[in-house]
Amino acid sequence: MGKKYETPLLDELKKGAFPSFVTEIEKAAALTGQPEDLASMASDLLGHTELCYKEKVTHWKHGGIVGVRGYGGGVIGRYSDIPAKFPGVAHFHTVRINSPSGFYYEADSLKEICDLWDKYGSGLTNMHGSTGDMVMLGTRTEYLEPFFAEVSSRGWDLGGSGSAMRTPSCCLGMSRCEWANIDTMAITNDITQHYQDEMHRPAFPYKFKFKAAGCPVDCIASIARADMSIIGTWKGDIRIDQAEVKEYSKKMNIQSEVIDMCPTECMSFNGNELLINNSQCNRCMHCLARMPKALRPGTEKGATLLLGSKAPIVTGALMSWVIVPFIKMEPPYKEFYDLIDKIWEWWDENGKNRERIGELIERVSFPKFLKEVGLDPHPAMVKEPRRDPFFFWSEEDLAK
Amino acid sequence: MSAIPDRQTDIGPPHYEKFLHPVIKKNYGKWKYHEIINAGLMVHVSESGDKIYTVRVASPRLIATTTIREYCEVAKKHSDGFLRFTSRNNVEFFATTEEKAKALMADLTSRGYMLGGIGPRISNVVHTQGWVHCHSAATDASGLVKALMDELHEYFTTKELQNRVRLAVACCVNMCGAVHCSDIALVGVHKTPPRIDHENLKNACEIPSTIGACPTSAISPDPSKKSVKIKLEKCMYCGNCYSVCPAMPISDAENDGVAIVVGGKVSNLRSAPKFSRLAVPWIPNEPPRWPKVVAAVKTILNAYIKGAKKHERVGEWVDRIGWESFFKETGLEFKIQHIDDFTFARQTFRTSAAFKWT
Repeated sequence: MGKKYETPLLDELKKGAFPSFVTEIEKAAALTGQPEDLASMASDLLGHTELCYKEKVTHWKHGGIVGVRGYGGGVIGRYSDIPAKFPGVAHFHTVRINSPSGFYYEADSLKEICDLWDKYGSGLTNMHGSTGDMVMLGTRTEYLEPFFAEVSSRGWDLGGSGSAMRTPSCCLGMSRCEWANIDTMAITNDITQHYQDEMHRPAFPYKFKFKAAGCPVDCIASIARADMSIIGTWKGDIRIDQAEVKEYSKKMNIQSEVIDMCPTECMSFNGNELLINNSQCNRCMHCLARMPKALRPGTEKGATLLLGSKAPIVTGALMSWVIVPFIKMEPPYKEFYDLIDKIWEWWDENGKNRERIGELIERVSFPKFLKEVGLDPHPAMVKEPRRDPFFFWSEEDLAK
Repeated sequence: MSAIPDRQTDIGPPHYEKFLHPVIKKNYGKWKYHEIINAGLMVHVSESGDKIYTVRVASPRLIATTTIREYCEVAKKHSDGFLRFTSRNNVEFFATTEEKAKALMADLTSRGYMLGGIGPRISNVVHTQGWVHCHSAATDASGLVKALMDELHEYFTTKELQNRVRLAVACCVNMCGAVHCSDIALVGVHKTPPRIDHENLKNACEIPSTIGACPTSAISPDPSKKSVKIKLEKCMYCGNCYSVCPAMPISDAENDGVAIVVGGKVSNLRSAPKFSRLAVPWIPNEPPRWPKVVAAVKTILNAYIKGAKKHERVGEWVDRIGWESFFKETGLEFKIQHIDDFTFARQTFRTSAAFKWT
């Protein structure tokens, strides 16, 4: 179906150098061979969005309960508040498809999903949504079941939505990065498979996100966006190739770009040799990132687990903080899963509706959390010890 | 297509190994180092001596299946049938030699794709759904990104910055776009309280969860109407009540707009991860190109380019010069809204007599 509406405001956004989302909606509107009710979706979306631009308000309504049989999540209901004017987007539901670890694809499988989405949806996608799912954008209620049957029979499944474990995501880790201290893609795939029920049948106080980063550079933004951040790290000395350090010294100023920028001042360079006082290194990654050929992480590898991050709603934004300074993240990840099970049980028992784990800990206290999930206190958990003397002594602590 | 096949459930995603380029699969966990060759091309070298060249292009995130098919066609022609997306929604293709990488880049360029985003530059902008799909959007997201990147695309394709500058857009304070830890970010904000539709509220909403949704306890029961009431002086227009209860709409064409926050980061390099802090409390929505928002972002970016040292992120630069200098260098006005009055506000007050006259 071609252009049904005049869209002067959106047309402005087809101009300019950067790729245009308006052009993409127009491409979807030009798809052929779709059933009539789906073929009108993208063209009506253009008219609908143009009206939002003109009136400067959104015209979408809250979703009702829509989904596929046996699942409590994975589909986001969406309806227009002016369906009579734009019948093509009267329903405009989103289907979240669980992305593979690292967002890698093989062309024929991806094309197969495109074919199915043209058959059962608007032909529009988000690659990817903020949590990391492949977002199939816009379909009608009656197409949800057949689309899911087709897509699942080809080996794909839905991601998480609502008060559930959300689709875990990770950086590409060992697949293409020399800094990866843990196998983020294997871990993420394992968590996803291990907790299928927790992902598809929402039973938590609110959402719970896992993100795995191979090193403290944290390309997946886990420290800001995951209730649990799994960040690869190492113990022991940074490996140095002194010959490569010399090569770098010919093309960069090692003193000002590396030594002077080291936050712990644990390095020196005498023009010939780079020295690192590894006991003072906090593994921030700056020197490794500046000289990847010369410096490599130490060989005893594992992860730091951090908990609690979230965006501002409801009681303010939080960043994840350390709860386990070092854990070997190797299959079958038993110690990790035992801890997660305990954390979830505690959250389920104590959390209020729509209260993220980080907010709950803030409300009832971090020491209480540590005691009740069985974690020992460690200086790595805090920036500094408390400033006030208002602590609780328990019977057990009095004896110590 | 034939009859609908039998559905499967709880199978999870396909195993990632099926989707790895053979050279990536062979050298999994064995990468030795990488080099950035130019804005759109980098090479990773394995301990085995194998190399994988990665070519990156911009995407508008909202992508038609037609375009994905074209990505697949390019992948089949040049990249042995494999491709990936970055967590910022760029598309990456692979080549095993520099010659193949050059052919791949030439093909992508001839098809009109924008190569870049690697290294100390602006990569794709992470963002939310906005007016294209979201019920709680206070502004659009795709349009803001397009307007911004049309102006800043040279920092994607060619120009270098002191360090990477991560831009992000969230169309409301729910922040599906994680702008709260980005270098320069836009967030859609409301400035007026929700309007209660008492008739619909009693049918559509659960009153305890609606009251529980309010971070400042501004909402209380109104038994006479079987509804709720709002203590207006306590409302901070976060819109969370509307997310729980559709009978409390908060959208306001004239008073909704965009705030700009700066200085956030997630990496642990040099300094600890930082939250973004408020630079501009509100700029009106001016679709389709939001000229005042774009101009303000350019002002901040230019001040960073002028003042930051090599490798400093925006937040590290601001921390070094101080916020009083930030407002002087950018010319942005410091207003009453910049002083925090939300949870733990006191942590942001200055407890030292050492500050700068600017």
